Amino acid sequence: MTEPLLKPRKKNPVERTRLATRPPGARSRTALGLTRAAAEGRFELQVCADCGSVQYPPREVCGYCLSEHLAWKPVDNRGELIALSTLRHSNDLYFRERLPWRVGTVKMTAGPVVVAHIHEDCAAPEGTGVPVRLTLKLDRSGQAVLHALPAKDTPNMNDAAQMRESTCDPKFRRVLVTDGKSAMGLATARAMLDAGAATIFLGDPSSWKTVAAFDKLAADPRVQVVELDVTDTDSVDRVAASIGGKVEILVNTASHLRDGGILGRKDVILARDAMEVNVLGLMRLAQAFGPGMCFRAADGSNHAVAWVNVLSIHALAALPSRGAWSASMAAALSASQTLRAELRGAGVRVLNVFPGPIEEDWEQLTPPPKLAPAAVAKAIVKGLQDGIEDLYVGDIAEEIRERLRDNHKAVERELGQ
Amino acid sequence: MSTPVLTQFLNELLNGRLKMVDLTQTLSPEFPTIVLPPEFGQAWPFRIEEISRYDERGPAWYWNNFSMSEHTGTHFDAPAHWISGKDLPDNTVDSMPVENFIAAACVIDVSKEAAENADFLLTIDYVKAWEEKHGRIPERSWVLLRTDWSKRATPKEYLNMAEDGAHSPGPDAEVVPWLIRERNVHGFGTESVGTDAGQAHHLNPPYPCHYFMHGNNRYGLQCLTNLDQLPPQGALIFAAPLKIRNGSGSPLRVLALTPSA
Repeated sequence: MTEPLLKPRKKNPVERTRLATRPPGARSRTALGLTRAAAEGRFELQVCADCGSVQYPPREVCGYCLSEHLAWKPVDNRGELIALSTLRHSNDLYFRERLPWRVGTVKMTAGPVVVAHIHEDCAAPEGTGVPVRLTLKLDRSGQAVLHALPAKDTPNMNDAAQMRESTCDPKFRRVLVTDGKSAMGLATARAMLDAGAATIFLGDPSSWKTVAAFDKLAADPRVQVVELDVTDTDSVDRVAASIGGKVEILVNTASHLRDGGILGRKDVILARDAMEVNVLGLMRLAQAFGPGMCFRAADGSNHAVAWVNVLSIHALAALPSRGAWSASMAAALSASQTLRAELRGAGVRVLNVFPGPIEEDWEQLTPPPKLAPAAVAKAIVKGLQDGIEDLYVGDIAEEIRERLRDNHKAVERELGQ
Repeated sequence: MSTPVLTQFLNELLNGRLKMVDLTQTLSPEFPTIVLPPEFGQAWPFRIEEISRYDERGPAWYWNNFSMSEHTGTHFDAPAHWISGKDLPDNTVDSMPVENFIAAACVIDVSKEAAENADFLLTIDYVKAWEEKHGRIPERSWVLLRTDWSKRATPKEYLNMAEDGAHSPGPDAEVVPWLIRERNVHGFGTESVGTDAGQAHHLNPPYPCHYFMHGNNRYGLQCLTNLDQLPPQGALIFAAPLKIRNGSGSPLRVLALTPSA
């Protein structure tokens, strides 16, 4: 059974900080189908439309009937572990630092035989196969790998070292919530504490404003308030200079949402305010905190691990009644993709969150269903624990996402009505 | 001949019999800006980004871009700032007569009252009592309200927000027209974020200092500091806003000339 993770000891300040290494990241374009599934937390393999056989590894034509019609589909993730090896030597820099490492062969119920990383709670096969569940996870290169987990959950299974390599669990980590005064920020901070975060740095963009729930949360000894306004480069730099070396998960909850399209106004002031917070704020945070997080991406068991952007499903499809804000969401999404590419070198994951409407002040006139901030926060924590990088929260977000795949013009017309 | 006057003035300044007092707050991102209900457009606070600092962005030079509203930091309110002054002649910072950049100042010290009551309002009786002590307010003089508000250390203390809005001192609705009618003042200046009191939206008319001063082509100065270094009477204020086309106001450097104590 996995030993529960212990609270990391204080770092020895005269020891050199280990730099991040990455597992091999090259994949064929076809194999990136696995990455897409892993990024959204699904288990998918190619299935032949003609003969129905499940394929692994990913390929251009069916390994059984040579058909070209291979579609990525959810498949049964069960299987039997039939062979297990424990690596005690590797010439790869990443694995050398993490030995011993368990790998094995799993015969899937769906057909294929796959090589996977094997969880330490999976028993070794002795004569007969051991039932396991396969899961697709993103590794520190941002590419999909197969992990075999025990058939049933075991205590502390997410604490296993091999699992922590593919996930971003807040447990014992220090989390910066950039705007801690918003409904979403407050809920995120609470959810992170519930998930075992060691410290919450709670951003306060408006120290002149009293928010009772904020003050209550700030009284928790695990919470440390930092004055942080993402529109102010000085402020962002100051906070990064004081706590940047401690932030292991950054959740950007800073948000500027106002109603209004584009033609209906005589100025771009609100649009600019939205860009300042939602886009340039993200960039300022990235410039101030990104390098430090990359430097600490292999620093102990609670190393820097993830960057979370709370966006909106309307980053993908504009809501014309909030045209300027939608544009800022789309720009923020684009910036986050660059950030993802830039942080990937160190293995720091960018989790983009796409919720539907959230129950908060600026959504007052939005008809239900609306998401409780606590529900979104809980989904963010789970997304980190699962190690995914694109998270669609709520029925509205999921529906828009699905329908964009089906007919993006229909979505465009309907949101514009 | 006016030349000897200027020569004498410069001599007095250099030999220390006159001193200059800077009444300006430093422009910094932290300095609070007036907060309107969030559904309104907001005045931009001061923001600054480095263009280069002797580095790869510009090896031999240091400079910054900054942005802010016309009403950020220590700033000047022109008559066009308020609806009551919208149709007056020369009511914007670019068109107002340059002579008006210089005027005498009377400093009314209400710092004790403001310390006890953040909602302190200046009244006609208070001004009359002040005049008995310090002399009548001369025509064309700034009236500056010393509250020591500039000494409040944090934005929270400075804006002093409660559930019912901001609480800071200012003039009441009677004293402002009285100062214009009876004393023909140049304008009104404060240390707090506006020339009106924090709760002035409940006065009649709302924001009387803005309403009457600007409606009579007079000016406003706010976010002043160092008023405690000025005498009740006898200081001269140099306050020249930036020449913004049709500008309603402007951040500026406010300088006082005062006899050394």
